[in-house]
Amino acid sequence: MTEETKIDHTQAFQRKKNKEEMQKQLISFGLMIVFTLIAFAMVATGGISKIYVIPVLFIMAIVQAGFQFYYFMHMKEKDHEMPATLIYGGVWAAFLTLCGLVVITWW
Amino acid sequence: MSITATGKRSFGAFLWDYLTTVDHKKIAFLYLAGGGFFFILGGLEALVIRIQLIVPENDFVSAGFYNEMITMHGTTMIFLAGMPLLIGLMNFAMPLQIGARDVAFPFLNSLGFWLFMFGGTLLNLSFLLGGAPDSGWTSYASLALQSPGHGVDFYILGLQIAGAGTLMGGINFIATIVTMRAPGMTYMRMPLFTWSTLITSVLILFAFPALTINLFLLMFDRMFDTAFFNVALGGNTIIYQHLFWIFGHPEVYILILPLFGLFSEIFSTFSKKRLFGYTAMVFATMLIAFLGFMVWAHHMFTVGLGPVANSIFAVGTMAIAVPTGIKIFNWLATMWGGQVTINSAMLWALGFIPSFTIGGMTGVMLGSSVADYQYHDTYFVVAHFHYVIVGGTIFGIFAGLHYWWPKMFGKVLNDALGKLTFWLFFIGFHMTFFIQHFLGLMGMPRRYWVFLEDQGLDMGNMISTIGAFFMTAGALVFLYNIVYTAIKEEKASADPWDGRTLEWSIPSPPPFYNFEQLPLVRGLDAFWLEKMEGDGTMPAGEPLQDVHMPNGSFLPFLMSLGFFVAGFGFIYQTDNSLWYLALYGGMAFAIGCMVVRSIKDDHGFYIPKEELQKVLDREAK
Repeated sequence: MTEETKIDHTQAFQRKKNKEEMQKQLISFGLMIVFTLIAFAMVATGGISKIYVIPVLFIMAIVQAGFQFYYFMHMKEKDHEMPATLIYGGVWAAFLTLCGLVVITWW
Repeated sequence: MSITATGKRSFGAFLWDYLTTVDHKKIAFLYLAGGGFFFILGGLEALVIRIQLIVPENDFVSAGFYNEMITMHGTTMIFLAGMPLLIGLMNFAMPLQIGARDVAFPFLNSLGFWLFMFGGTLLNLSFLLGGAPDSGWTSYASLALQSPGHGVDFYILGLQIAGAGTLMGGINFIATIVTMRAPGMTYMRMPLFTWSTLITSVLILFAFPALTINLFLLMFDRMFDTAFFNVALGGNTIIYQHLFWIFGHPEVYILILPLFGLFSEIFSTFSKKRLFGYTAMVFATMLIAFLGFMVWAHHMFTVGLGPVANSIFAVGTMAIAVPTGIKIFNWLATMWGGQVTINSAMLWALGFIPSFTIGGMTGVMLGSSVADYQYHDTYFVVAHFHYVIVGGTIFGIFAGLHYWWPKMFGKVLNDALGKLTFWLFFIGFHMTFFIQHFLGLMGMPRRYWVFLEDQGLDMGNMISTIGAFFMTAGALVFLYNIVYTAIKEEKASADPWDGRTLEWSIPSPPPFYNFEQLPLVRGLDAFWLEKMEGDGTMPAGEPLQDVHMPNGSFLPFLMSLGFFVAGFGFIYQTDNSLWYLALYGGMAFAIGCMVVRSIKDDHGFYIPKEELQKVLDREAK
């Protein structure tokens, strides 16, 4: 009897957790669509000058990449330190490459 | 498949076994054999270069063929000999050192090997098909775009295919080390060779995409009329150099870091001491890898980046000498006060320290951007990078082969012949390359087909060529030693060196599943710890249970064959559109193999625990 209730509790807890997880995923998915629409609108209308549009696009791109990694690819969960380290390492290497090309060659 | 079946097999069965194997040890042997073959090829190309330069204004080979020789010597030695031999050693030793039964993705491992082999074959077939690439191993776009014929196309496609294989190997090793360490094997208990394998794999993961992109851009420029690098059409040829060295500089660390790990193991094993400064060694390796991404432009000081960029890259370059120095001193301190045994493996390690340090010193000299204007593109540079690559990588590969040979094949390589190999090679190496420092300082440029008489270069070049023959003799003695050992030597014990790490706790050669039960690791130098504080055997980290093993597969070979055929299609479609058949056919075949792999379930097989129990009982007797 007690065993069964325990399992019930665990299952209920799991269900609740899954539901919360789903909610978070849906919210971040919705936000990503909104971000994309804003980005598209900003460029398509052409009403805002370049100097504002480009940094805002960059910021939204970074936030979207964050959503992708942390919510959809589960990087926020435990035991994902190693993938996180490698992803940030890769970002660093890519950043250096771009920096090198932009600053030294094209500037 | 029964683990007790070890009868004589026909050659066909043996061949089929190796064509389809996914066992990390057998793939390691394939890598060593393939890398060894290309090493001989690259060595012969080196001999042609040195014979051409033995006397002034020699005409042993034509100028065009000389260009092909220098290009193929560099490309072959870096991509087709050095790296595969290293990946072979890593493939063999790393899973054993972390107490795993195989790598994380055995299928991918096999695919990586076959891609390398087919890529290397494609590249070398260029000799038979109208001329090899001739624009240097860097294949700078300004030269590559001008090169007539298909030589450079073979370079692009061959390296693209082989590079994909290397990238897979890197990813596979990372996944293996992160997820498959035996119970108790924390990161800071990993042997240093495993550490350096991990860090090297990360370098491969981050550096190779730059090469892939670069080769694609060059391919588009040469075959599909784009103009990324074509200055006349508004492109920028310097971008190629940047991308090449963003890959190329980490690449030289990919070539040396695994050997740093290996030498650490050898020094500690043959000095009977724990490695001095283990933690410092680990972090020094990481620091070298980290800094390695920020110094690529030191290959381009004379391009005209300007004094600010040059200074930044000069300072970064010199900073790498610090962690490398930490390592050199730690190795010396490991031997200090230890019970040093000098055998062939240890001799290579001892020879490495002064040789590599000379290479490091000339590296700092070259890193000074001001002085580099004097050294650039002279034989001083040639001497420098041969001191680090031969004195580091090749010495290390020889050391590793002598060290792990008993574990691989159950027999210790003959020590007298091993020492003869070392001395011939060591003397030949310093004869060949030490004098080249001075040839360079006297103004002899790299890559020139001939030099003129009475400019003070005659004697130096003569000595250099004689040295090359000493190295050849050393390599031949090593090949003889392999045959001699296979026929004459006695079977070795499982632990001939009184080793410290897990690979010495299992039989030589290891059974295909490596460990009946995964070992429990209680500290650094796990096996040594059990010898000192336990009963000399590894305690089991899991109950005896059925062992899950992967099935062999022929698909990696077929996939690689598809890309190989498609490679020819890409190269020749500019001549005749019928070659599109090979292009699309090869690609379709390779992708078809991938579809088959994805759809067909293959869950591997289990070794029943009763059979493992039998093995354990037999060992206990």
